[in-house]
Amino acid sequence: MPVPIEEIAEEMYKMVVECEGKRNLKASDLTKAMIAKYGEENCSKEDCKKALRQLMDSGRTVYSYFGGSYVTLPKKEGAAPD
Amino acid sequence: MAVAEKIDTPLLDELEKGPWPSFVTEIKKARQTSPMCDDLLGQLELSYREKIGHWKHGGIVGVLGYGGGVIGRYSDVPEKFPRVAHFHTMRINQPAGWFYTSDALRTLCDIWERHGSGLTNMHGSTGDIIFLGTRTEELEPCFQELTANGFDLGGSGSSMRTPSACVGPARCEWACYDTLKLCYDLTMTYQDELHRPPFPYKFKIKCAGCPNDCVASIARADLSIIGTWKDDIQQDDDAVAAYAAEGVNIQKDVVDRCPTRCMEWDGAKLTINNRECVRCMHCINVMPKALRPGKERGATILIGAKAPIVQGALLSSVLIPFVPEEELEETVKELINRVWEFWDEHGMNRERIGELIQRVGMANFLDAIGLEPVPEMVSAPRDNPYIFFRTDEEQA
Ligand code: SF4
Ligand code: SF4
Repeated sequence: MPVPIEEIAEEMYKMVVECEGKRNLKASDLTKAMIAKYGEENCSKEDCKKALRQLMDSGRTVYSYFGGSYVTLPKKEGAAPD
Repeated sequence: MAVAEKIDTPLLDELEKGPWPSFVTEIKKARQTSPMCDDLLGQLELSYREKIGHWKHGGIVGVLGYGGGVIGRYSDVPEKFPRVAHFHTMRINQPAGWFYTSDALRTLCDIWERHGSGLTNMHGSTGDIIFLGTRTEELEPCFQELTANGFDLGGSGSSMRTPSACVGPARCEWACYDTLKLCYDLTMTYQDELHRPPFPYKFKIKCAGCPNDCVASIARADLSIIGTWKDDIQQDDDAVAAYAAEGVNIQKDVVDRCPTRCMEWDGAKLTINNRECVRCMHCINVMPKALRPGKERGATILIGAKAPIVQGALLSSVLIPFVPEEELEETVKELINRVWEFWDEHGMNRERIGELIQRVGMANFLDAIGLEPVPEMVSAPRDNPYIFFRTDEEQA
C-alpha cells in the first residue's frame, strides 16, 4: 500500500534531525533511505520528491550549500555577521 | 537618494586608465543611486592593498522552498564596510537566447535598485542574469517582485543549472535546430531539478545551433546539444568564384585549413568530399555566401564536459552522432532520464557526470544507459595494442 506523502516527509524529517551535526544528508540519501524502508512499490522516487518539497515549502528543512547541496534544519548562517 | 561619502581608491583608479571599459568606472557611476557601491569600492581597494580577498561564502541563505538561485556572500570586515556586510548574489533565469524588450530590462533593473546594489552582470558564465549584492532580508521581497513580473531564479548548487542556448534561428542562418525552443522546453520540463537540488553535483545543459558552438557547450556543459547536418554542404559555385575574384585565397584559407583535407580547388571549381567532412564549419565561416550547412538538419548529443573545479577540465564525448530535429526533444529527455538514473545510483558526492564516466569507463556507462557503441564516439584511435577478449567470446 502506498505510504502517505505526509508520513514519508515525517520520516525524512526525523532522519535530518538525527543526523544534524553528525552527517550532511543529500536529497538522494533521504530518497534512498525511504525506498529501503518502505519498498519501491510503496514509496516511489516521485513520492519522495513530493515529501521533500513539503518539508522545504513548510520551512521545516532548508537546502544548505557546503560544496554540494544538502538538506538541513534551518539555522543561522555561520558566515553571517552578528 | 543621498550620495555616499567618497572613499579614496588609488589602486582601483588604475583600472580606469586605458581605452577599455572599466568595472570600477561603472561601480562609481552606480554610487549615485546605491550607497552600497561606496563600501564595495572600499572593500575592493582594501583587498587590492592587502592582496587578500575579504568575502566569506554563505551556504544557507535562499528563498523559501528553493535550493538554488542565491549565492550567499558576506564581508569579513563588516565593521569597516557595513553596507556590504551582506552581499548575496541572485541568479535569474535568462530568456532563451538572451532576448529582452527594453521594458523587461527596465523592469529587472528597477527591481534590483529597490532590493539590491543595482549592479548586474549581463550575463554570468552560467548564462543567467546575475544580480550582484543584496542583504538577506531583501531576498524574499526581490524574489516576489521577480516572479510577479514573469521572472524566476536560476540554478545553483547540486541542481540542474539554468539551460542556455545560442541565438539560434532567431538571428542565425546556420542554426540546424531551434535552440531557443529546446532550451525553453527543457527549462520548463525540469523545473523541479532546477530549483530543488537532487544530484551529486551540478548538471549543465547547453544548446548550440551549429558546430561553431557559440555557447561553448563542448567545454562547459554536462550535456551538449550541438546542431549539425547529415547530407552535403550546400554549395553555390558562382558565389565561390565571386569570393575568389574578391581576393579570398581559397587554396590557402579554405582548402588547406580543412581538418580532414576533404576539399579540392582547381582554381575554378571547389569540390567537397562530403563523406569525409567532419562538419567543423571552417569553410562555411570563411565563405558564408557560398557554403551553407546541408538541408537534413538535427543535432549531435554529447556528454561530460566541465571546467576544472574538483578535478581537471574535460571536453564532451559524443553519445548520439545525429538526431533529426523533429526527434530531438523526445530523444534528449529520454537520454537525460537514463543518464540521471545512472548518476543518481553510482555518482559520488561532488562528482560530475563526465568524471563518473571516466571512473567507470565509457563502455560500462553506455551499457548501463542502453546505447550501442558507434564509431562516431571514438575521438582518437587507441594506442594500446593489447585487446582482451571475454572467455565467452573466445569460445564462440
Ligand atoms: S552556435 Fe551556430 S547557430 Fe548558434 S549562434 Fe553560433 S553560429 Fe549561429
Ligand atoms: S566543414 Fe570543415 S571538415 Fe567539412 S569541408 Fe568544411 S572545412 Fe572541411
